[in-house]
Parts: sequence; structure tokens; C-alpha cells
Amino acid sequence: MLNYILGRLLTFIPTFIGVTLISFSFIRALPGDPIQVMAGERGVSEARYAELAAQYGFDQPIYIQFWDYLTGVLQGDLGTSFVTKRPVWDEFFALFPATLELSFFAMLFAVLLGLPAGVIAAVNRGKLFDRALMSTALVGYSMPIFWWALLLIIVFSGNLQWTPVSGRIDLLYYFPNPTGFMIIDSLASGQKGAFASAVRHLVLPTIVLGTIPLAVIARQTRSAMLEVLGEDYIRTARAKGMSPGRINGIHALRNALIPVVTVIGLSVGTLLAGAILTETIFSWPGIGKWMVDSIFRRDYPVVQGGLLLIAVMVMIVNLTVDMLYGVINPKIRKR
Amino acid sequence: MDDALSAEAEMVHERPGRLREFWFYFRENRGALFGLAIFAVFAFLAVFGPWVAPHDATQQFRGATLQPPVWQDGGTWNHILGTDPLGRDMLSRLIVGARFSFFVGVFVVTIAATGGIIIGLIAGFSPRWVDSIIMRIMDIVLAFPSLLLALVLVAILGPSLTNAMIAIAIVLQPHYVRLTRASVLSERQKDYVTSARVAGAGTLRLMFVTVLPNCLAPIIVQAALSFSTAILDAAALGFLGMGAQPPTPEWGTMLAEAREFILRAWWVVTFPGLAILVTVLAINLMGDGLRDALDPKLKRS
Repeated sequence: MLNYILGRLLTFIPTFIGVTLISFSFIRALPGDPIQVMAGERGVSEARYAELAAQYGFDQPIYIQFWDYLTGVLQGDLGTSFVTKRPVWDEFFALFPATLELSFFAMLFAVLLGLPAGVIAAVNRGKLFDRALMSTALVGYSMPIFWWALLLIIVFSGNLQWTPVSGRIDLLYYFPNPTGFMIIDSLASGQKGAFASAVRHLVLPTIVLGTIPLAVIARQTRSAMLEVLGEDYIRTARAKGMSPGRINGIHALRNALIPVVTVIGLSVGTLLAGAILTETIFSWPGIGKWMVDSIFRRDYPVVQGGLLLIAVMVMIVNLTVDMLYGVINPKIRKR
Repeated sequence: MDDALSAEAEMVHERPGRLREFWFYFRENRGALFGLAIFAVFAFLAVFGPWVAPHDATQQFRGATLQPPVWQDGGTWNHILGTDPLGRDMLSRLIVGARFSFFVGVFVVTIAATGGIIIGLIAGFSPRWVDSIIMRIMDIVLAFPSLLLALVLVAILGPSLTNAMIAIAIVLQPHYVRLTRASVLSERQKDYVTSARVAGAGTLRLMFVTVLPNCLAPIIVQAALSFSTAILDAAALGFLGMGAQPPTPEWGTMLAEAREFILRAWWVVTFPGLAILVTVLAINLMGDGLRDALDPKLKRS
């Protein structure tokens, strides 16, 4: 087991260096000289150019530049935004809770609906409910979520006036944000209506971001359940006269959960890609919108740093899922 | 000589049988047939769109901007699905737009699959250390959320449909590499490969003639799935302004242009997205049918 964990950790290091190399190359791969880009249309004098080049280390050989970048990254130095002049690291962690909150509720939505739906479909295999559910899941899986978001806005914000179109909370409310989770902070603030406002802002983005994971989880749960339901020990349990609810809910579901948990863990990347679109449409101030805005603003240090942080985050989650999977399922460990 | 001839005759005899078997299983799946039918219409429009469309996709009817579809008050048969803010016929734009999405799918799948299969074969047949290096590189690409990496690549290359397609192809490629390598590694152990090697087949022949045909089933399924992913991602990039540029009637770009009219004219937002959804859904239905027909392990489930 220890060998397995160490082995997985060892593959993390080259991947991390590679990811750093990609984010390092990003600024250098852009057309044009980075300092000219930074200076904008006004241009820059010869002396100032040399000064800036020295400041950013562009006058060094490329491998030294990379070494400096790598050591900087390991110390939490990801550069400074061109636009706000704040460290990229600080900006990222100021906005990250918003994305985390949205992703958390999207995943909760997907699991709470997808798991039971998949189980019920598997138990009623081939019946009308199963077919209807699986067709719906396939539609959800094929959904262009940016369009789905617009449709929901037309219906729920436009026609019904139930939900606001953008943001995390009405501008009326202002309170400190110690946890970064608007839902918790609005409740803690004790202001009347703040919590309701936060919830109403959260509903549509949650549904939009949760749709594809919901479809994936429902499909995965169904197929995992079908596989388990065909096993001998289920037949034994049935022969013993155990109630169907107990068989399906406890014996089968527990074993079917293993692949489902993996899918949930591995959809973090999908979730972040979805957050780019969802946050942009709903003006949700998280890292997805931050990345898109920075690309449009040509705020390259932010794009570079954000790219790296997001990739490292995905890698850490995947690594954790891999290891947990190794703990749950001993077959995986040796290979 | 004789042997070779009879072997060839046998192959000719066998091929239609396999195709018929495939069709037998594919036909079982009604959803897949439905998807195939829609996909056929989509492919037809992609080729003949400009001749089928009632109007020119860029012609602006200045007197009829934001006209609703025919079944609503103010709609006319001249513009069945209404017009957009510039007075362009929605139906015509959607029909002509089919070719962009179709082209995106074909281009991306061709590039990603060809590159992925070749790299995967190399990884599967190389000594361990080369294999490790290749797979680590693929891990690196896979560590980035696909849409984010595509966005950043487009930021480097400049926003256009071609660059969006290149970016998406790069992002989707590692899936083919992993899939090909995995099948190659399991096929390589089998006796028929050993006997081919003993008979004197070179590495290239082993790779492409002996092993590759037996690895194709999962790759074909993956191709169908990434065809739809490519369409979705290209539309998403277009929607973010990083894909096809206006006035191209690409569906995602049309959605982006229509965004500000979302509460005034539902049709300019609804139809392009519906077109994307129906196309992607049809391809995914087909992909499910392909998987059932090609993968004997899943045939009964």
C-alpha cells in the first residue's frame, strides 16, 4: 500500500514540473514581446525597457528564467497582475471561495438527484421510468450549458421574475465575508433577507453547473448498480428473503458506489471548465470569470498563474481520488 | 502464392459479414437509429446548406429586424423562424451554420485521432522509459480543464475558428493516446502478435497491420464522443468570443451575438442552442449504439 502511494506521489513530481513548464511557456509563446505588450500602445523608452527586462528577468538565459519561475512558484510567488497590481496568489484565493461555493452546491445538486435516480432506474430496468430517465440524462449530458443558462434566465428571471440574473447577492446587503461562502456569511450577518437573496442568486448557477455532472452520475450509478445486481451475493441475499429495499439500498448501492465516487472525484476538471462558462454568464465573481476576464484584458501574469493553480488543484484532487480508490479497491494497487 | 490468394479471398468473404453483424446490433438500438437519421440530415445540410436555405445567411432585411417566428403574432412565412437583430433570416443562418459545426467535428476528430493513435502506438511499442515520458506528457495536458486550455491556446494563436479547432484537437488528443496505448498493451501479449513477429513482421507492420485493427473498436466509439465534444467546445469558444467571429453563422457565435436580446426576443437565443443540442444529442445516441454494437462485453447489458 505504501509503495502504491509513494509511486503515485512520484509521478506527481514530473507532471507538476511539466505543468509549470506549460504555464511558464505561455507568456513566452504569445505573439510579440511581453514588455511591449505590457507597455501597451504608449510604448516604452529604451532605458525603461532594459529596466523592466531586468526586473522580470527577461535578460537572463531561458533555463535560468524557468528555474527562477519554478522556485518562485514553490514559494507562492506567481507574479503580479498587470491591471490590479496585486499578487496573483492573493487574487486567486480571494475569488476561489466563490467558485468553491458554486461547485459545492452544483455537486450536491448532482449527487442528491443523480444517485437516487440512477438506483431507481437500475432497479426498474427497461421500464418506462428507466427509459425516460436515461433519455433525460442523455439530453443533460449533451447540453450546451451556456445555452441552458440563457434559457433558464429567460424563463425564471425574465418571465417569472423569480431569480436575479447575476451576482452573488443584492447590492443592498453588505457584511464581512469571513468564510467566503455567501450562504454562511449572509446567515451569520443576521441581516433580514440577506440569506434569501444569497439563495436566490445561487439557484440558477447551481442548476446550470450541476446539469452535466447530474447526467453523468445518474448514468454511472445506473450501470454500476446493474453490474452489482447481477452478482451472486445479491441472489443469495434475495434467496435469504431479505427485503428488496435492504438489498438495493445497502448491499448493492454500497458496492456500486465505488465507481460512482471515482466519477464524482474526477469530474472536478469538468466542473472547473463548466465554471468558466457559468460564472461568465451569471457574473459570478469566481476564478472562472476571473480567467476569462484576464484573457480579454491581456492580463497575462494572471492567466499564467491561474492556469497553473487550477491545473495543480485538478492534479491534487485526481491524485487523492486515485489513492482513495486504491484504499477501497485493492485490485488497483498492483499494476 | 496460392495461400496468399485464398487468404485474401477469405478476407473478402469475411468483411461484409462483419459489417452485417455490426449493423444487426446497431439496428437493435432505436435511439442510435434515430441519432443516425438526424446526423444524416445534419451532414446533408453541412454539404448542401447554402442551396437549401431559403435566404442568403448574411442578407439583412432592414424592414424586418427581430421578427418573431411564423406561429407568433407578427411572424411571416418568409422568415419561418424569425429574424435576428440585423434582420437576417434565422432559419437560413442555422442551416448554413451546420457546415461549421460539422467541419469542426470532422477536422478535430481527424487530427486528434490520427495524432493520438500514432502516439499511442509508439508508446505501446516503445521501451518503458519512452512510454513513461509520453504518458507523463499526456498527464500534463489532461491536468488542465479542457475548455480552459483551449481558451488559453486560442489566446496565444488568436481568436478564429481554425485556431479554436486546433486548440480543441490538441486538448482531445491525449484521450486517444491513452485508449490506443491501453489496447495495444493488452493486444501485444496475445499469441497472434507473437506469431506475426516470429513470421518476421517488422515493428511498423506489427503496429499498423497486425495490432491496430484489433484496437479500433474503442477508438471508433471515442471518435463519436469527441465529435460531439468538439462541437460543444467550439460553440462554447464561439460563445465566449474566442471561436468563429461574427458575422459567421456558427451556432455558438450566433448565441453570443443574441445574448443582449435574450429578454426581448427569445427566438434568437433559443434556436441556435437547440440546433447545438439536437446535433450533439444525435451524435451521442449514435455513439451509444456504436459502443453496444462494437463492444462485445457490453452487448448484453
